[in-house]
Amino acid sequence: MSVPQVMFDEEFREIQSICDRLFRDSNARVVFIVDKNGQPIAASGETENLDITSLASLTAGNIAATGGIAGLLKENEFTTQFHEGERSNVHIQIVAQRVIMVVIFDQRSSLGLVRLRMRKASEELSRVLSRLLRKAQTPGVTSPLDQITEEDIENLFGD
Amino acid sequence: MSFINVPTREIHCKIVYYGPGLCGKTTNLQYIYAHTNPNAKGKMISLATETDRTLFFDFLPLSLGEIRGFRTRFHLYTVPGQVFYNASRKLILKAVDGIVFVADSQIDRMEANLESLDNLQENLAEQGYDLLKIPMVIQYNKRDLPYVASLEELHELLNPRQLQEFEAVATKGAGVFETLKAVAKLVFIELKRGH
Repeated sequence: MSVPQVMFDEEFREIQSICDRLFRDSNARVVFIVDKNGQPIAASGETENLDITSLASLTAGNIAATGGIAGLLKENEFTTQFHEGERSNVHIQIVAQRVIMVVIFDQRSSLGLVRLRMRKASEELSRVLSRLLRKAQTPGVTSPLDQITEEDIENLFGD
Repeated sequence: MSFINVPTREIHCKIVYYGPGLCGKTTNLQYIYAHTNPNAKGKMISLATETDRTLFFDFLPLSLGEIRGFRTRFHLYTVPGQVFYNASRKLILKAVDGIVFVADSQIDRMEANLESLDNLQENLAEQGYDLLKIPMVIQYNKRDLPYVASLEELHELLNPRQLQEFEAVATKGAGVFETLKAVAKLVFIELKRGH
């Protein structure tokens, strides 16, 4: 089994602040960042009435399916997707081949503005992700799993 | 691949229900969804055809309690069982932490069970996973139907690894939570050991 991915406080704050900034600068309704496996990482904007967990899973499924199409066409990947609706539009971008940045916007913004702001945000996010990856691989960095005992696992599932 | 979010104090793991078409994978998730405390679950999503056959996947986020102050969040997925959806099955297996193989106990589905098990092994191998190492349990579903194989036959045919195995009637919930708990526990043990 592969090594678990770990998100630390410092990088989480930076990713959240990138998300917040992109939300403001692009006049979006919602911005969220998920990893390619469908785990939500950060979100900004009008998230109260949105099921981010489901959106994250469906976005990851969508990206996975598009990646499958890319593979069949001998493409590495399709890095962006755009869905146009009557009231909402969704722009999706893969960042550093690892996470997915999603901007949901309406008539208060435009595709051009969203694309422009996403480009800058994805560069910043890419830098944070590289650092996170290095940190997670650094020997001596503690993970919560270090403290979990077999007894804890038994207690979780014993009823 | 599990994901540990330290700031939000959450551990996320992915469990995939695999098996031949119409073996009861979606029924397992539907039963879990219907019989879980609303606070512990998210919305269940089914990407299905007009005839209610799974087209891409079913998805159910579920919380199974806390461990050392971390909420355990399991993302349950099913794959489409029909043979021609193999490309979709491969995608859903990506980053899997644990597998429930749902076998159809009916005698005339034995070949389909074996074919699906072989397919699972191939798809995992393609992504660098070893079926022998991944946390996995087997569920023999539809035990209430006539013309089912005996447990001994099922065990001999489908479980040479001596994995934990469960009898189930997913439509009525028998064996459903036992199966889920067993695989979730194996995932945590592996997570702890592999770390």
